Amino acid sequence: MKAIYSLILVLALVVLATLGAGAAKMQIIFAYCVPGTAFVIFLVGFTAKIIGWAKSPVPFRIPTTGGQQQSLDWIAQNKWDNPSTGPQTAMRMLLEVLTFRSLFRNTKVILRHDDGKNPIVAYVSAKWLWLFALLFHYSFLVIALRHMRLFLQPVPQFIVAVEFVDSVLQIYTPIVYQTDLLILAGAGFLLARRLYDAKLRYISLVNDYFPLLLILAIALSGMYMRYIAKVDVMAIKDVVMGLTTFKFKTPPATIDVSFYVHVFLVSTLLAYFPFSKLMHFGGVFLSPTRNLPNDTRMHHHENPWNNPAIKPHSYEAYEDDFREPMFEAGLPLEKNPEEAA
Amino acid sequence: MAKILKPDEMLRSINYTPPATDWMETPNDLSPGRFAYPAKLDKVEYLMHEVPGVFGNPRTWNPSDADWQLPPNWKEIVVNGFRERLDKYRSLKLFMDICVRCGACADKCHFFIGGGDPKNMPVLRAELMRSIYRGEFTLAGKILGKLTGARVMEEDVLKEWFLYFYQCTECRRCSLYCPYGIDTAEVTMMARELLHLVGININWILEPVANCTRTGNHLGIQPHAFKDIVDFMLDDIETITGKRVKCPLNEKGHEILFITPSGDAFADPGIYTFMGYLILFDAIGLDFTMSTYASEGGNFGLFTNADMMKAINGKMYAEANRLGAKWILGGECGHMWRVVNQYMDTMNGAMQGPQMQTPVNPITGTVFKNAKQTKMVHIAEFTADLIKHGKLNFDKSRNSNIIATYHDSCNPARGMGMFEEPRYVLNSVVDQFHDMPENTIREQTFCCAGGSGLNTDEIMDIRMRGGLPRGNALRHVQEKHGVNTMACVCAIDRATLIPLADYWAPGVSICGLHELVGNALILDGEGERTTDLRQEPLPGMEEE
Repeated sequence: MKAIYSLILVLALVVLATLGAGAAKMQIIFAYCVPGTAFVIFLVGFTAKIIGWAKSPVPFRIPTTGGQQQSLDWIAQNKWDNPSTGPQTAMRMLLEVLTFRSLFRNTKVILRHDDGKNPIVAYVSAKWLWLFALLFHYSFLVIALRHMRLFLQPVPQFIVAVEFVDSVLQIYTPIVYQTDLLILAGAGFLLARRLYDAKLRYISLVNDYFPLLLILAIALSGMYMRYIAKVDVMAIKDVVMGLTTFKFKTPPATIDVSFYVHVFLVSTLLAYFPFSKLMHFGGVFLSPTRNLPNDTRMHHHENPWNNPAIKPHSYEAYEDDFREPMFEAGLPLEKNPEEAA
Repeated sequence: MAKILKPDEMLRSINYTPPATDWMETPNDLSPGRFAYPAKLDKVEYLMHEVPGVFGNPRTWNPSDADWQLPPNWKEIVVNGFRERLDKYRSLKLFMDICVRCGACADKCHFFIGGGDPKNMPVLRAELMRSIYRGEFTLAGKILGKLTGARVMEEDVLKEWFLYFYQCTECRRCSLYCPYGIDTAEVTMMARELLHLVGININWILEPVANCTRTGNHLGIQPHAFKDIVDFMLDDIETITGKRVKCPLNEKGHEILFITPSGDAFADPGIYTFMGYLILFDAIGLDFTMSTYASEGGNFGLFTNADMMKAINGKMYAEANRLGAKWILGGECGHMWRVVNQYMDTMNGAMQGPQMQTPVNPITGTVFKNAKQTKMVHIAEFTADLIKHGKLNFDKSRNSNIIATYHDSCNPARGMGMFEEPRYVLNSVVDQFHDMPENTIREQTFCCAGGSGLNTDEIMDIRMRGGLPRGNALRHVQEKHGVNTMACVCAIDRATLIPLADYWAPGVSICGLHELVGNALILDGEGERTTDLRQEPLPGMEEE
């Protein structure tokens, strides 16, 4: 049901853009106003969210330790999973952000029922989520980089190189970018497992289906533009450059309506981003169980709201409470019963 | 106490398919056996007096009753408390925002694996709180409500929190697998803090906390009784080894203050571990004292509130200062080491007296650089260092009847990373050691299902379900290698793993690491031993 709501929502966005930019001839709004506004919302919202998180302190160093600690010299420390210095922690973060190391650990629990015998609980390796999540995110990154060609004049060599590699298979005309297919595979897998796995279906919200379907719709509309409508890229670059340099002019009628649909969906994603789970992109860098060294026994860490007024129940109060029996038991005392009396 | 299923029936009852009703619509099941008993009135009142602002609404109440006798403004207290904690903890704020519900954590929780209740999936456990966050603090949640997984605070939500945040042992296994490191332990801690504000609590946690505050240990052992217990153990050691060893109490002027969980002083099999420590200290002539005032290594305050944890923890430095100890040696305890390794110096470092120094092993000269700030060393680190330097003489044959495996306790595993030290010690004192399967040990270790103050008998069904993953792995090595002993470095484990093993892997006994050290260690001037520390015949000494 939640998936269907999300699908309807995304289709409604497509229809809105088709009607708005096509039938209602509001190209200016859809080419400039909407994406411009969305970009501002994204920037301000993203920054505000990061600042909001950063404003809350990290009172304690609570890394989740995933390997051997630094202790005795002859015991090899697992520096990437249990870092004790800044550079080691940076390495842990790099591996986390670039290779999804924690997700790579994933296992799947299996309850096997043998006939007549007790069921067995087993844990098997489950790397599919890791693999498709990586495909999805890296395809997204490459596609975003490729789009920079529309924003930059002249196009930097780096972008050209990315495009070259991404189209290295040289299939179909226009040449297919591999990431176009991979992002469909990645997002498709993430969606399929949400729908197929009963546990995931149970925990999934509209907040989960909507961005996934939105990104799928963005990819599909983009592919439609390139492979089917074969839109006028030069005209589009004019419009995009106009947007980034604030030189707005009426977009030429040669631009297919699919462009406006694509841009509208991307704008929706940008505006939605800061208020959604997509903020995991920024949040992963701030996670206190990952971005801190396991070194509180080695170095002092300051808790800004540490309250020095909180003191333990004092020894004096303890001895006052138990002086007589302590004396009788022969335990050393600060004050003998006579002194205390 | 509610009746509990047989292991076979329990296994067959597990179903990972969630119910048809949406989780927000699934009613709370507050039948007996589903919750731990609430705290006694006098304990709450005592703690309210000792550490103000942490606990509230003292009363006698029953979770089975419809009316929980909440204060009229309970909702305001909880929502304000929530807001305050969002500002105090980046972890909480972040973890409320960035979960993508990828489900990687879903089948990592021992309570989910053994029970199948979807609210025991870490993601959903956190959603119990996240939904309130969205409904009370975000604009989208306020407008769109349930559509975005948001809801507002209601009494049933509070009851649901009580049920499920007391079915989390704060073991952090889910956090290891989370691509963003979202730590359910943090969420559970915050939820429990909020529940305490309106008087929702369990006795199994608050009574130890109150005891620890007043008597110095969770079990409420008073100083003279503590001395009796220690004397009793010294007698037993003399009976077994023929040698009278020492255990100074509350004495000033010793180099080291030794602190271990009081569970080690209280019952089988912890006392054998305690005896193992004392034998070790005698073997190396360690200049140490113990304290009755700081006679608790553990800190159940960790399971209530950060301020309470700090107050209890402060005794360690206070006593080290009073007695003039240079550094503190800590015994085998799980959550104690989470506190010592990740919280202690941050909370109470300023209390350290000028006499405290970077710990140095007086026997080997090893400087414990990793403890230079907190000045507290784990006994497994200490003993491993002694063994490495050849300072201990062992007769491993005394443990030759033991085929051991090792249970990594959650906190030393995922809140510290102590894996090799105890294994090195264990391998030095037993001939036969077999690890459990790799997905169930070290950083991936499974909880005993009694951590974070849940080691109480009225929730035995929940505990045995949560114990399934550990029990299943144990039975695997029992069947494959004939393992008959599981060693651990945690006092709660030593209490909880016994019923767990009896239930899931009958025939395996539980012991502390230093019990096996004490068995194998040869003391100067000792007599011929015929029994182990449990006073059971040593291998080859059995009477015909």
